[in-house]
Amino acid sequence: MAVDKATVARIAALARIKVTEGEQELLAGELSKLLDWIEQLAEVNTDGVEPMASVVHIKPPMRADVVNDGEIRDKLLANAPQDARGFFVVPKVVE
Amino acid sequence: MTALTDLSLAEARDGLAAKKFSALELAQAHVAAVEGARPLNAYLVETPEQALDGAAISDARIARNEARPLEGLPLAIKDLFCTLDVPTTAGSKILEGFRPPYESTVTAQLWRDGATMLGKVNLDEFAMGSANITSAYGHVENPWRRQGDNRPLVPGGSSGGSAAAVAARAALAATATDTGGSIRQPASFCGLVGLKPTYGRCSRWGVVAFASSLDQAGPMTRTVRDAAIMLTSMSGHDPKDSTSAAIPVPDFEKALTGDIKGLRVGIPREYRLDGMPDEIEKLWERGIDWLKDAGAVPVDVSLAMTKYALPVYYIIAPAEASSNLARYDGVRFGLRVPGETLDEMYENTRAQGFGPEVRRRILIGTYVLSAGYYDAYYLKAQKVRNLIAQDFDAAFKNCDVLLTPTAPSPAFAIGEKSDDPIAMYLNDVFTVTVNLAGLPGISVPAGLSKDGLPLGLQIIGRAFDEETVLRAGHAIERAANFTARPQFIAGEA
Amino acid sequence: MSLIQGETGAWEVVIGLEVHAQAVSNSKLFSGASTTFGAEPNTHVSLVDAAFPGMLPVINKVCVEQAVKTGLGLDAQINLVSIFDRKNYFYADLPAGYQISQYLRPVVGKGQLTIDMADGTSRTIGITRLHLEQDAGKSLHDQHPTQTYIDLNRSGVALMEIVSEPDMRSAEEAGAYVKKLRSILRYLGTCDGNMEEGSLRCDCNVSVRKPGGKLGTRCEIKNVNSIKFVIAAIEYEARRQIQVIEEGGTIKQETRLYDSHRGTTRPMRSKEEAHDYRYFPDPDLLPLELDPAWVENLKKSLPELPDAKKARFVADYKLSPYDAGVLIEEQASADYFEAVAKGRDAKLACNWVMGDLFGALNKAGLDISNSPVSAKGLGELLDLMSDNTISGRIAKDVFAAMVETRKGASAIVEEKGLRQVTDTGAIEAAVDAVLAKEPEKIAEYRSGKDKLFGFFVGQVMKATGGKANPAQVNELLKKKLAP
Ligand SMILES: [Mg+2]
Ligand SMILES: [Zn+2]
Repeated sequence: MAVDKATVARIAALARIKVTEGEQELLAGELSKLLDWIEQLAEVNTDGVEPMASVVHIKPPMRADVVNDGEIRDKLLANAPQDARGFFVVPKVVE
Repeated sequence: MTALTDLSLAEARDGLAAKKFSALELAQAHVAAVEGARPLNAYLVETPEQALDGAAISDARIARNEARPLEGLPLAIKDLFCTLDVPTTAGSKILEGFRPPYESTVTAQLWRDGATMLGKVNLDEFAMGSANITSAYGHVENPWRRQGDNRPLVPGGSSGGSAAAVAARAALAATATDTGGSIRQPASFCGLVGLKPTYGRCSRWGVVAFASSLDQAGPMTRTVRDAAIMLTSMSGHDPKDSTSAAIPVPDFEKALTGDIKGLRVGIPREYRLDGMPDEIEKLWERGIDWLKDAGAVPVDVSLAMTKYALPVYYIIAPAEASSNLARYDGVRFGLRVPGETLDEMYENTRAQGFGPEVRRRILIGTYVLSAGYYDAYYLKAQKVRNLIAQDFDAAFKNCDVLLTPTAPSPAFAIGEKSDDPIAMYLNDVFTVTVNLAGLPGISVPAGLSKDGLPLGLQIIGRAFDEETVLRAGHAIERAANFTARPQFIAGEA
Repeated sequence: MSLIQGETGAWEVVIGLEVHAQAVSNSKLFSGASTTFGAEPNTHVSLVDAAFPGMLPVINKVCVEQAVKTGLGLDAQINLVSIFDRKNYFYADLPAGYQISQYLRPVVGKGQLTIDMADGTSRTIGITRLHLEQDAGKSLHDQHPTQTYIDLNRSGVALMEIVSEPDMRSAEEAGAYVKKLRSILRYLGTCDGNMEEGSLRCDCNVSVRKPGGKLGTRCEIKNVNSIKFVIAAIEYEARRQIQVIEEGGTIKQETRLYDSHRGTTRPMRSKEEAHDYRYFPDPDLLPLELDPAWVENLKKSLPELPDAKKARFVADYKLSPYDAGVLIEEQASADYFEAVAKGRDAKLACNWVMGDLFGALNKAGLDISNSPVSAKGLGELLDLMSDNTISGRIAKDVFAAMVETRKGASAIVEEKGLRQVTDTGAIEAAVDAVLAKEPEKIAEYRSGKDKLFGFFVGQVMKATGGKANPAQVNELLKKKLAP
């Protein structure tokens, strides 16, 4: 099995998704099956092949350096689960 | 006279121009159809006032001879497109209650051209699925049923709501998106035309991202002509999307000349899968014959990397998704499930806000990008992706379009296949290659299965050559003369 | 090499710095929101900066230009193709859950920078790379007992992260490095270098080893925001590490914070977990491609940089390397000096700028750009000395009056009647009057008490209100006092 419970716990923590003990077992099985299937890629000879990140082969456009956005605080905060005095609010963080 | 909801988009447009009926009548008929279609669970939000208010404006413009290209045509919008002040959920609980303060470029262009919105339609959660059973707001039912079998069927996915709404005559057409087959496969399952344009043809700005290097918006319609009309309005360069192509948009409807004489049609031999149902094989043969009869030349081509496309896709798409979906954290919009600490809040919110399929893909994506695995999975997948694209480049040296089946099966029942993710993923085996290579592809209804369910054929073209794709699709459409109707038609039940 | 003496012998400190310099631009790296400092919370924020669903980045050309200019100014390799990656991690002030940065292929590669030490020596410090990235927002932890407040005004502001090689061997060298880097950035106009406002922040990587031994485990002190603190933090951290090792402990690789009130460093709690940033190329952005001709043009348009200017000041104006170094630190003082020195006695100009002017500015707490005496004004004063309108002694008073009243030198001389007396008759009369009163002193002088000459000069100057031409006074006195 490619993925064990500890690995599930580690990646779930990285992805900030709470996974219970019971779910860890299940997910370890599911993810392992998927990875086993994916691993058929190992058969492909990719020596000297460039990785392809995008199908687009144009020079990226660049913006002019002008201020034409922002000043929309009400819109920004309208969907916020919690806000105060113009700030988004989250549980206290200790640095 | 045909019911107003049974008209094609082109017919409705022409009928309005000829003043055979008013935009208001057209809108009213569709608003009623949307209500009638509720048993399908296709619409998540109905916006009758937008359709009716828009119709009044359209009637005034038509009276002044100022009709725009899509004047007064009511559409369904996949709930992945952000719509100004109208709830946008991506089919996820994590975006419950989210009202975007902005309109996606694609929908804004449709409204610019005079179309109106009937509502937002259901989809697999964050467009992750091939059966529209992963939506947090319930599955969508296919308006089609097997002969002699009353079990509800899936409409395909992820654009299942778009497909069900258009097939059931509860919208003239719909917007959809396609990351691995999400327009073409549901089109095939619901007897519709679904077009995935070239990557970069339609702006991704304001469309909730699933896998950014693969996502592309496109139309879901009942005819190839309608797809051409929709595409003309949906496409175009958008300076707000760095991957949007700065090339002119032709009037795609003009491409439908009916003439495909001498067109070289590649038949990729690797698409002949082991255990492929006989009826799919036969449909494909029939498609080749139709095109040959119309003067096209079939060419045998090889796409050797085809079998690796799905594994590549299931590395790249989840990897990008794991990052794209990090912004759903309970801080600025959508669901927040409280926690003692910030991390607890994140973990609770994301555990409860995302459904099982989305969670699974985020975890896989996180895994393949994580330290020590990146090269073996993500980098390897990017290299094989390059080989897949090179396959297409080579094939297109010998042909102008490719013809393939759209999906390896007709629609299946809700509950079938759903316990095995890999079996579900195989639905996209013929469509996913096109996303990886960024090419345009169209699915056109071509026949019925032995159970009486629609089956589609797919035409794949060169990058930015949607015109040839449409022209070839149009030839299939004419030869197939697909007139079958689903069992469920909104308002007729 | 400067070593630190521990209980078990001498230790060497190894320092590498990562400087985050805010690129000067009107709008953000990937959005059109303003970068202005000090706005109301969450006002300079676009939907892109707040990572709303479906929002996409589009790069700001000026930010790229600033990065390339900075690279050129650091004598560095400019990479014509570079790639934006996503650095994935969750934090309340990182709205997208990833920072767009450059990882494997930065826009600028290897370069170098020369630091100047107080003892007049110089050293070359290697630059590893410079990459463009987004700044995060700001978390305010002190606004509420159980809540943290988030302001995204800084979210998406363009940063140039400039990474040095671990080439520095003392806190002073690190201080000199930041000072020099800031000077170059300001010359280039690519970063305002304002450390209080956070436009320039420094992460210090510190380790210790026995001289010549293998590298020790390093700790990273995050976000130090003044040169003084950079020096103090590194000094503290080095001694802390030495003490830990000498007491038999080991150094844990970790991120630490500098506490400027206590002058200590402590581990950063929020950074305790092991990091796995899952970098991958941002699929929303295409590789950044630079036109070689455009880079070449930028290169041609670069201003003269501090090192070149210093060399030129030494060569052309015959200044000491120390004086030249002080003058070129800020472009504004270098320009000021050059404006004064041009066509005049450069050494005199240097003395006046570094002595009287800097002294006056210091006293008034003013920047050279707000100097009460302009370069033209100081030049005029120097001209009044060289054409003998006033003496050097009077010039000091005139300068003080210029600082005080912001009036021109000539006006003050006229107003106060400070014009030097050069009329030989008048001076001779004053000399005669003084000599007439001091027959005994004359006798003493003539009998060999040479030192009394200064006394006679002083008396004549006093009698003329300081305005007599000193050279003429000297000459006349010498003649009349001769036996
Ligand atoms: Mg750093
Ligand atoms: Zn950084």
